[in-house]
Amino acid sequence: MLSVPLMAGVATDGGGFQTPSTNDFWWPLIGGDHNNFAFTRPSLVMLISVVVLGWFFVSVSSRLSVVPSKRQWLAEQVYDFVRNGIGRDVIGAKDFKPFLPLLFTMFTLILFNNVAGVIPFVQYPTTSRIAFPIILTLVVYVTYHVVAIRRKGGVFGYLKSLVPPGLPGWLRPIMFILEVLTYFFVRPLTLALRLFGNMMAGHLMLLVFIVGGEYLLLHSGSIALGGAGVLSFAFSIVMTFFELLIEFLQAFIFTMLTALYLSDAVSEHH
Amino acid sequence: MSGSITYLGYGLAAIGPGIGIGLIFAAYINGVARQPEARGMLQTIAFTGMALTEALAILGLVFAFVFK
Repeated sequence: MLSVPLMAGVATDGGGFQTPSTNDFWWPLIGGDHNNFAFTRPSLVMLISVVVLGWFFVSVSSRLSVVPSKRQWLAEQVYDFVRNGIGRDVIGAKDFKPFLPLLFTMFTLILFNNVAGVIPFVQYPTTSRIAFPIILTLVVYVTYHVVAIRRKGGVFGYLKSLVPPGLPGWLRPIMFILEVLTYFFVRPLTLALRLFGNMMAGHLMLLVFIVGGEYLLLHSGSIALGGAGVLSFAFSIVMTFFELLIEFLQAFIFTMLTALYLSDAVSEHH
Repeated sequence: MSGSITYLGYGLAAIGPGIGIGLIFAAYINGVARQPEARGMLQTIAFTGMALTEALAILGLVFAFVFK
């Protein structure tokens, strides 16, 4: 499906090299037919993430002290980042408090599940399966519409508020269609697919470098290609750190955009 | 060499959003350099613009799978 020209070239003279593809993301643990329900590896990672995050934050917040321990310091840093860096700056000091639990949960959950892609032995970013970003986006989608409908006086008030004021009459229907498309289709679509696409592509890239490096080093049978394999391994280490950056950035952008959509929903004017 | 040409198409479609996002963040960095206290406000605007611009690339990705 995704064929990399370099790897395809290697495969022809070595034979048997399997290019990493999106099929490598299918890891059933219980069940396993493509058509049936299956408990998969990302489901397990997601469960672990919920347990670990819950345990960590509950145990930290039940033993708060004036002089913070290392764990309390870490938890406070993360909370401060989401509360002040994202919530207050984007939504505004007046309205941001009710949305903090949502933002904080989103950020920590997505961050943990993204970083699971580079944690040794876990090494599976849960969000690289499309179902998980869709569910997260669905929560955000429902929330910002419900908040906006409440704030702007019902469904009609909300739809009316989509068109910015002060436009000439002939432009208003066009603008209305564009805004409806943005609010109801483009926003949820891009929110889910941005996270999914970044995580899947990043993990696939690591897979290409590592699997390809292993093949070049052990099965190619030539010194020059073996050297290329070593280079590929070295580069995969660099890319792992780059992935770490991307994983953090995607968690941040998802939370940031959630806050942005909520701030649109609570603002008085457009 | 084998594969689907839609991926080539997606690569071409990603050029525009790539340039666009570069321009947005260049302007953002310029703005913050000139007026560091406006960072919070500019950040929101920059990320709104980025979300809109990146939507084009993401739509391209979706169509690459749809028309495969």
